[in-house]
Amino acid sequence: MRTALKYLALLGYLVFLAFPLVWLLSTALKTPQEMANLDPTWIPRHPTLANFADAFGEQDIVGSAARSLVVALASAVITVLVALPAAYALARYRSTLNKIAIGWVLVSQVFPVILIIIPLFMVLRRLELVNTLPGLALVHVTFTLPFALWMLQGYVRAVPRELEEAASVDGAGRLRALASVVAPLLVPGVVATLLFAFISSWNEFLFALVVLKDPEVATLPLTLVKFTGPEGVVRLGPLAAASLLATIPSLVFFAIIQRRLRSGLMAGAVKG
Amino acid sequence: MTLTDVRPAGTRRGPARNRSRNRAQNRETLVLLLPALIPVLVLSVGPLVYGIMLAFTDARSGRNTETSFVGLANFGELLTDGDFWESFRIGMVWAVSVTVLQFLASLGLALLLDQDLRLRGFARVLALVPWAMPPVVIGLMWRLVYHPDAGILNAVLGTDVDWLNDFSVALPAVIVVGVWMGMPQTTVVLLAGLQNVPKELHEAAGVDGAGVWRRFWNVTLPQLRPVIVAITSLDFVWNINQFSLVYVLTQGGPGGRTRLPMLFAYEEAFRYGFFGYAATLGVAITIVVLAVLGVYLWRQMREAD
Repeated sequence: MRTALKYLALLGYLVFLAFPLVWLLSTALKTPQEMANLDPTWIPRHPTLANFADAFGEQDIVGSAARSLVVALASAVITVLVALPAAYALARYRSTLNKIAIGWVLVSQVFPVILIIIPLFMVLRRLELVNTLPGLALVHVTFTLPFALWMLQGYVRAVPRELEEAASVDGAGRLRALASVVAPLLVPGVVATLLFAFISSWNEFLFALVVLKDPEVATLPLTLVKFTGPEGVVRLGPLAAASLLATIPSLVFFAIIQRRLRSGLMAGAVKG
Repeated sequence: MTLTDVRPAGTRRGPARNRSRNRAQNRETLVLLLPALIPVLVLSVGPLVYGIMLAFTDARSGRNTETSFVGLANFGELLTDGDFWESFRIGMVWAVSVTVLQFLASLGLALLLDQDLRLRGFARVLALVPWAMPPVVIGLMWRLVYHPDAGILNAVLGTDVDWLNDFSVALPAVIVVGVWMGMPQTTVVLLAGLQNVPKELHEAAGVDGAGVWRRFWNVTLPQLRPVIVAITSLDFVWNINQFSLVYVLTQGGPGGRTRLPMLFAYEEAFRYGFFGYAATLGVAITIVVLAVLGVYLWRQMREAD
């Protein structure tokens, strides 16, 4: 009985989470004629892939996807490289500096991006990084960094200090204790942080809108929004197809990382 | 318990030794923090300070416009700006409803995913999909769902509602999308928190005869508390600062019924070119958010003691 209720609840979640996605797919497979016929059905009557071809043809979907990928990968890796040492320090030591740093992490989350976007645009303009992918990647790093710090220091804190101390007692040096005891336990956290940084850069729209004025350097979200311009019912098919294509690389990346996330290292360590 | 114990190391040791140890630690901390602090200082702290300063000027877009200091004039204007207050009200309704609904829905889902159920793997993957999707795509997708003629919602419900253009329905419709979009992060964080709750505690409580509900209330929830406080606070801040999703869904329409504060600020800055006034809006929202969070965190900490 209790199990049945759990399954019912899970089913409810699945429906809520899945139905917009199914509808997006369904719309992407419909012919313009069927879209114009105002009697929507879940399953396309004459499924077609023509919308995908249209999406490729009309806008620079492939080019902007590649640009988005480069910016997201670069900013994710840089973010974690920069954040990891600081996160360790924040989690393990107490000092005035680290109080300021933690305060900054919180404060930077609170400030609306509008407050950063106008001056950042001016700074980038001075550095001549407006309209460039490195410029956008840099902005994404700073935009992601505070939360990445916050996440990582949480994962460091979750590694019991006792484990590290035990390794030291057993004769391992400071660095060896870090490398052989702490680092493996941090892998899931680092992966999760990379994942977070990649996705937030890939998804980011407002900064890209301000930094990248030139359509030739536009990232995927920008290209998609332009796609929606003058929109009749007939244009919805190609729009849905382009949206699906835009989601694929991100989903693939997610799936790869997802597998690594499941290795439950913490469970074994704490029980020990 | 031990994981959340943040008492500084070495408080039980002699004061002199403690001090020299602290100094050495401070130096090490500085070395570790510096690489992270420099980019943040250059690209985040600096512009933010500049942005706050802009709030006290009449700065406009354009390279060659002259900017002068106007003191609190922008704030005075803001307080008497009816459009701002309406946008602010909408922003609060949006942020509070989305945060609360997101938390409740995600906690339920996280608890289910933590159990040994069939379809769990599938549900986990599906629950992450909204996170992997760009907000722009999510906005476009839900526009297809809500589409008055070609959308599935009217077809399923047998209604004839223009969801995103109806004055009374638009905001709730947008809130549903907000919950859908924000569930993954919250679920993942809560699930990670659940999995860090030591199983021994559960087993011990079970041996002592505590039922499922009591174990949840007395073991899981207290252990989860720091995670819950952190994620709901962040959700609230993210939601009040939301832009892309609603920009794609409604652009603030109909008649400004979904014009969140950030959409209002964006229009002021980039449609009308009032950089100074837009910055003032940002500062005002920050003050409100800090006040709300301050009360929330203070209450949570007091209860946790």
